[in-house]
Order: sequence, then C-alpha cells, then structure tokens
Amino acid sequence: MKSFIYNKALGGKSGTIGLAVLAVILLLVFPLAMDNFRLNLVGKYLSLAFVAIGLVLCWGYGGILSLGQGMFWGLGGYCLAAFLKLEAARNIAAEAGSDQINALTTVGLPDFMDWNQITELPWFWYPFKSLPLTLILVFLVPTVLAYIIGTAMFKRRVSGVYFAIITQALCWTMELLFVTRQGWTGGINGITDLRTLLGWDIQDPGNQRILYFVTSLLLLGCVVLGRLILGSKLGKLLVAMRDTEGRVRFSGYDVANFKTFIFCVAAAMSALGGAMYVLNVGFMSPKLVTIEPSIYMVIFCAVGGRMSLLGAVYGTLAVSFGRTYFSESFPDLWLFLMGGVFILVTMVFPLGLAGMVDRLTGLVASKASAATDAPGLETPVSEPVSPPPA
Amino acid sequence: MSLPTDFALAVENLTVSFDGFKAVDSVSLYVDPGELRVVIGPNGAGKTTLLDLICGKTRPSGGSIQFKNQELVGMAEQKIVRSGVGRKFQTPSVYPKLSVFENLEVSVPKGRGVWGALFFSCNQEVRQRILEIARDIFLEDELETEAELLSHGQKQWLEIGMLLIADPELILLDEPVAGMSVNERGQTAELLKRIAKGRSVVVIEHDMNFVRQIADRVTVMHQGKVLAEGSMDKVESDPKVIEVYLGH
Repeated sequence: MKSFIYNKALGGKSGTIGLAVLAVILLLVFPLAMDNFRLNLVGKYLSLAFVAIGLVLCWGYGGILSLGQGMFWGLGGYCLAAFLKLEAARNIAAEAGSDQINALTTVGLPDFMDWNQITELPWFWYPFKSLPLTLILVFLVPTVLAYIIGTAMFKRRVSGVYFAIITQALCWTMELLFVTRQGWTGGINGITDLRTLLGWDIQDPGNQRILYFVTSLLLLGCVVLGRLILGSKLGKLLVAMRDTEGRVRFSGYDVANFKTFIFCVAAAMSALGGAMYVLNVGFMSPKLVTIEPSIYMVIFCAVGGRMSLLGAVYGTLAVSFGRTYFSESFPDLWLFLMGGVFILVTMVFPLGLAGMVDRLTGLVASKASAATDAPGLETPVSEPVSPPPA
Repeated sequence: MSLPTDFALAVENLTVSFDGFKAVDSVSLYVDPGELRVVIGPNGAGKTTLLDLICGKTRPSGGSIQFKNQELVGMAEQKIVRSGVGRKFQTPSVYPKLSVFENLEVSVPKGRGVWGALFFSCNQEVRQRILEIARDIFLEDELETEAELLSHGQKQWLEIGMLLIADPELILLDEPVAGMSVNERGQTAELLKRIAKGRSVVVIEHDMNFVRQIADRVTVMHQGKVLAEGSMDKVESDPKVIEVYLGH
C-alpha cells in the first residue's frame, strides 16, 4: 500500500520531489514573501490552474483539445456564486427587517432579480439555498454537461479541430445565455457583492489568506488525482488513443467512453477551480466564461507543458504574472509582448516549461555522467517531439 | 436465417461499393476452425477491404459475415473484437510513446470498461502472461523500449503480440512480413504456425515463398472477386491466376 501511494500518487522519486517543491513554493514561499493583496492575486491565478491541470489530462494525454473549458469553470463558479448570493440577500433582509425600502429589494431575493422585475425565486435557484446541495451541483452541473457534449461528439467520432471549434462555439453560446437571461444570472454584470460563506467573511484579509491555502491544497490534490489517473491502465490507454486510436478500438475498447470520461474529469476539475475563484475574488462574471479566458487556459497549459501536471501550475502562474507585469509596465504594448512570448514558446519549447526543465536536467545529468564515464561516450538526449494536438 | 455451420468464419455474398465502385463484389469465403488461410491477389483486388469488412471497420452494402454462427455485420468494432476477432493492420499500428511492456499491458483483455481500466491492476498473473507473449514474439529483451524505437519488423511482431494476448479465435493479419528481413520472415513463419494452433488465421500476403511456407489453403482475389481457391499447388497452376497475378 505504501509503495502504491509512493509510485502511483506521488509519481516515484522525481515526482515526489517535484510535488514537494511546488508545495513549498505555494504553501511557504508565496505566503511569506507576499502581502495580502498579491497573495490573493496568486489565489486567483491558482483557481485557473485547475483548468490547466484538466487540460493536461484531456489535451496533453488524451489528445482532446477543448477551447471551451471556461464553460465548465464558469458553471462551477456560478453555482457557488448562486449560493453566496442567496446568503447575501438573506443577510440584507435580516438587517433591513421586513422593510422593503431599506432592503432596496424584494426580501430575500438577489438584487439583480429585483431589478429585472422578477419577484419570485426561479425554481432552479432553490437548490442553491443549501450548501451541501450547492457543493454537489458545483461538480454535477459541469460534469453532466461535459458528459452530454462528450457522448454526442465522441460517439460520432468528432475529433481534433472540429471538436475544438464546437467547444468554442458552445462556450460562446454559454456566455450569451448568461448575458441575456439577466433576471436569472445577473446578466453582463454577473453575480456580485458576495461577502460571506455561512457567515464567514470571505473579504476579510485574514480569511482570504486561509482561502489561498485551501485553494493551494485542493490544487495539489488535483495534481495527485491526475497522477493516479495517468498511472492507471486508463492513463496509458489515453496516450495510446491519442497516437493510434484505431488500434485501441480494435483491441476491444469503446474509445468514446474513455474520451468522455477524461473530458468529464477535466470539466469537474475546472468547476472546482471556478468555485475557488469565486471565493477568492467575491464575484462571478460571464466575461470569465467565454472564449478569451478559455483560450488563455489552453495557453497556460501549453506554456507549462501539456504533458506535465506540475508544469500546468507553473505555466498558469508564469503567464498570469507576465500578464500582470506587462500590462502594468507597458500598458500599450503588453498584448504584443504576450503574443511574442507565446510564439517563442511554441517555436523553441514545444513541450513548454516542463520540457525545458527536462532538457536542462537531462543536460546536467549527461554532463555529470560524461565527467565520470569514459570520455567520448555520447549520452543520447532525446529531442522533445511534440505529439499531434489531436 | 442461415443454418448453423461448423465454419469458424463464413463470409457469404459480401459486397461493398464506394460511390458505385465495387471494392468487394459478392465474395464468399469459408474458413475452418484451426485453418490458416492466405488471401493473395494484385493491388486493388479488395483484400484489405475484405478484412476491414470482417472486423467492422467498413460497413458492407450487402451480404453476411458469420463468425462461429454469429452475425458480425452491424456490430460495433469493439464488440466484434470482444467476440474473438483480432485484426493486425498493414502498417504496423502500435502505441509509439508506450514501452513494449505497456503496449502489451494495454492490450490485455481485462478492464475494458472505463472503471475497469481505472482500477486494473497489473498483477503477477498479468505480468507472467505479458512475459510469455513477449517471448513468443521475440521481444523479451525489449520490454522497456519505447515502441517507436523498434525496427519495422519488431513493430509487426509487437502488433501480433498485442492480438495474441487477447487470445482471439480468429486472427486477421494484413501483410505481416512486409518490411522484414529474410531472417525475420523465417521467424515470423514459425510464429504464425505456432499461433495458428487452436485458432483460425486469415493472412494477406504478397511474398509467395512465405505463403508457401504457411498456407493451408489459398484464396486468390482479383477486382473484388474470388478468382480461385485451394491448395498452393492447385492455385499456382491455375491459368487464370497465372494470367492476372503470378505472371508467366
């Protein structure tokens, strides 16, 4: 059992070291080195890393490129935001008593509903009155959606660029839905003004620090879960399917089921990230559900290295920090600078940061062995060959 | 409804047309249990299409395919495989980024569902079986090698091994010795004879020496139709076969 945990969940020696380094950075270095504002910013970034980890599983290993992960991320976020909003409305009602003028809203109803002449809570908002139900729905809603999309697409053998385009279109539809159904979703403003979770102040700086740690731990948990999946026979099947789908089918596997499964896992992880995002920033907006953030999520994954779960986290942090830094320092040029970085990464390091690290450690190792071994003995450094994206 | 037969594989009046072109045209073919059948014929004769039809990769326009009296037409590919039909493709298709061991492990016919695969454990029994197959296909020293680094011939063997580990009752092999050295061909002939014990094998092949070494019976195809069938000697002396395929 002990060796199972060590080999499968932690990924052996190098995997354990990698995970430990990330844990130290997230749980010690950042909290010690950063003030509350910056740390909260990192918490926000990390909630996006959940999506990147999901993409490593479904894109890097499974070969399924989705340009619509924001959809699942957003749904997870909206589900939790709905719960927090109802709590906020209850608090306002409690403070104002039964006085509608003081409450500025129909008692117990989210403010945006009142503004949209909705006087009764829509039926699908009812489950969000309960925290356990909400927590289930945070995962269930996006996963069921992913299951439906996956079954519909993969059973018909839609793949590659076609699948990517369809996910992007769905993502855009989702944004439209959230924007146009103002009374149900808060429209273009999203769901704002979220303050407490069961009375616990999520805007309080000290509590935000706690939320940061919760986010980090859950993220590390997702890495371990990802490793468990990749270490199983299913993980090998994903790689096999990505490279030689026909052979897997003619080995007696129903390829569509496996693709749907990993797509659902990626969706569920994204949803968790969305929920953590809402807790970290205190609002949810349809602008976060749409195409642009979805593509950013793919970029996080590509920059970090789409074959590396840990790389996805670093990729998210690097791109997000880069975005903040460039936009603060070069307000006119930052988009071009970001674009330049992405071109550089794809051309020079097709396997991303993780590929770079592997190469460097490979070089160091080969130098070390060249120094001790007989001179002239060449150690083959395998060239990173990027697998086809689909 | 056709009556139950003793054949392992009974193909009857099988036809498929692509935009009016009949790649396979009313082909009938009967393979006995334990028989090793070789299908030969010039390029474009419909040999590979025939195998595609049997394993479900292509849907026929008409006719029937019975495997152990079970109709295969209309069944999903993975179900055909699970009923005991294994297919090797013309260009070796293995999993390039997995090791030889992992290639075989993934082909083990256990844990074929999502949850089964997730909780599949590669126990001693499975390991033993993989080693056994690896020995059969001459790859026991390459277990940790990534499949993309194998030679062409070794990839062919590996794919055969991936079929064998599922222990199918009918194996369809598309040009198993293409790209192999003379030496490797000899080894493969031995291998095929060994694996043909207790199961039926249908092989497509061009190398006539190789065919002579392995075949129980030979079917010659030409322009989507069966031109001749019988023992190698009989087929070789058939004037029609000499005309279209073997040459004078």
